[in-house]
Amino acid sequence: MVEFALPKNSKITGGKTWPKPAGATETREFRVYRWNPDDGKNPSVDTYYVDTNDCGPMVLDGLIWIKNHIDPSLTFRRSCREGVCGSCAMNIDGQNTLACTRSMHDVKDGAVKINPLPHQPVVKDLVPDLTNFYAQYASVEPWLKTTSPTPQKEWKQSHEDREKLDGLYECILCACCSTSCPSYWWNSDRYLGPAALLQANRWVSDSRDEATGERLDNLEDPFRLYRCHTIMNCAKACPKGLNPAEAIAELKLKMVERQI
Amino acid sequence: MSTSDTPKRSLRTPLGRVRNLGAAHSGTSDFWRQRITAVAMTLLMIPALVIIVMLLGRNQVYAAQTLSSIPVAVILLLFIFASAWHMKIGMQVVIEDYVHNEKLKLVSVMLNNFFSVAVALASTYAILKLSSGV
Repeated sequence: MVEFALPKNSKITGGKTWPKPAGATETREFRVYRWNPDDGKNPSVDTYYVDTNDCGPMVLDGLIWIKNHIDPSLTFRRSCREGVCGSCAMNIDGQNTLACTRSMHDVKDGAVKINPLPHQPVVKDLVPDLTNFYAQYASVEPWLKTTSPTPQKEWKQSHEDREKLDGLYECILCACCSTSCPSYWWNSDRYLGPAALLQANRWVSDSRDEATGERLDNLEDPFRLYRCHTIMNCAKACPKGLNPAEAIAELKLKMVERQI
Repeated sequence: MSTSDTPKRSLRTPLGRVRNLGAAHSGTSDFWRQRITAVAMTLLMIPALVIIVMLLGRNQVYAAQTLSSIPVAVILLLFIFASAWHMKIGMQVVIEDYVHNEKLKLVSVMLNNFFSVAVALASTYAILKLSSGV
């Protein structure tokens, strides 16, 4: 059966409370999930106080400040710090989002609570293992597939057809959507999840692609596609404002369309 | 119904694990039928409820007389058919979602099929028996 409770070695214990920074006049409390694969201990939640006068406004700024000034062992991914790379996806105040685009002032009540993306194996602290997620993306073969002779210049596309890719091509594969989906939590070994399916629809919707039927064949499966129960957590979580649930509904419509 | 490798036990590549046994090339029919039966039930719900309310507290003779009307019997039969089919598909989805033991899942899906057919046939028999006045 599906596991509704955390396994013993994943139960979160009380963590360390770090002292407030000396001389700080304004601080913000951060409660951060910690887990080290090397010490054999259960995960814990450490409490830090960030000097808000000495750091930027975003949650990522706070985490970097903690790493630089309090605890260099705190581990998280980050790169572009402007919502383009998707590296700093994590669960902030109960919502999957990007730490670089979520202001700590948007977290209204009390501490800023930070956990890794849910229901993924943890590598360390806030770093999830996204191996399966990336393999699912690879499985939809996210590249242009054609059999016609390659044109001398580019594959042409009308403005109208190009517009059909809006709302699909912007995905940065941060995994916020897939890891917010209960259906993906229970069946991520077989259900491709919102991110991979949105990408699949991006290529199915591309007028230049010549493998639409083959792509739909590859998705037509009770688990790969039809595990989506339109829960809509994906649309709520997407930090880029995309709607993976709508993309999945479009895929299902195309499946019905070619059958009826 | 395939067994998928868990990352802990398998040395297969991540892509090999995701591709596993390939797509089943099914699911669309069930998806479409679930919608058809949902729409059918929505349309049939009100007349079916009216008929049931009419029969409340009445004796068997009155029930047999009501169901001897062809439209009444047909509405109830269609309602039973749509509900049982919808129930079968919906319950199978729930089982596939939450039951991860392959053997238990097979048995559960099988029992779900038996149960749905049994409910549909028993209800159909009851309606036909009453409507034919036997």
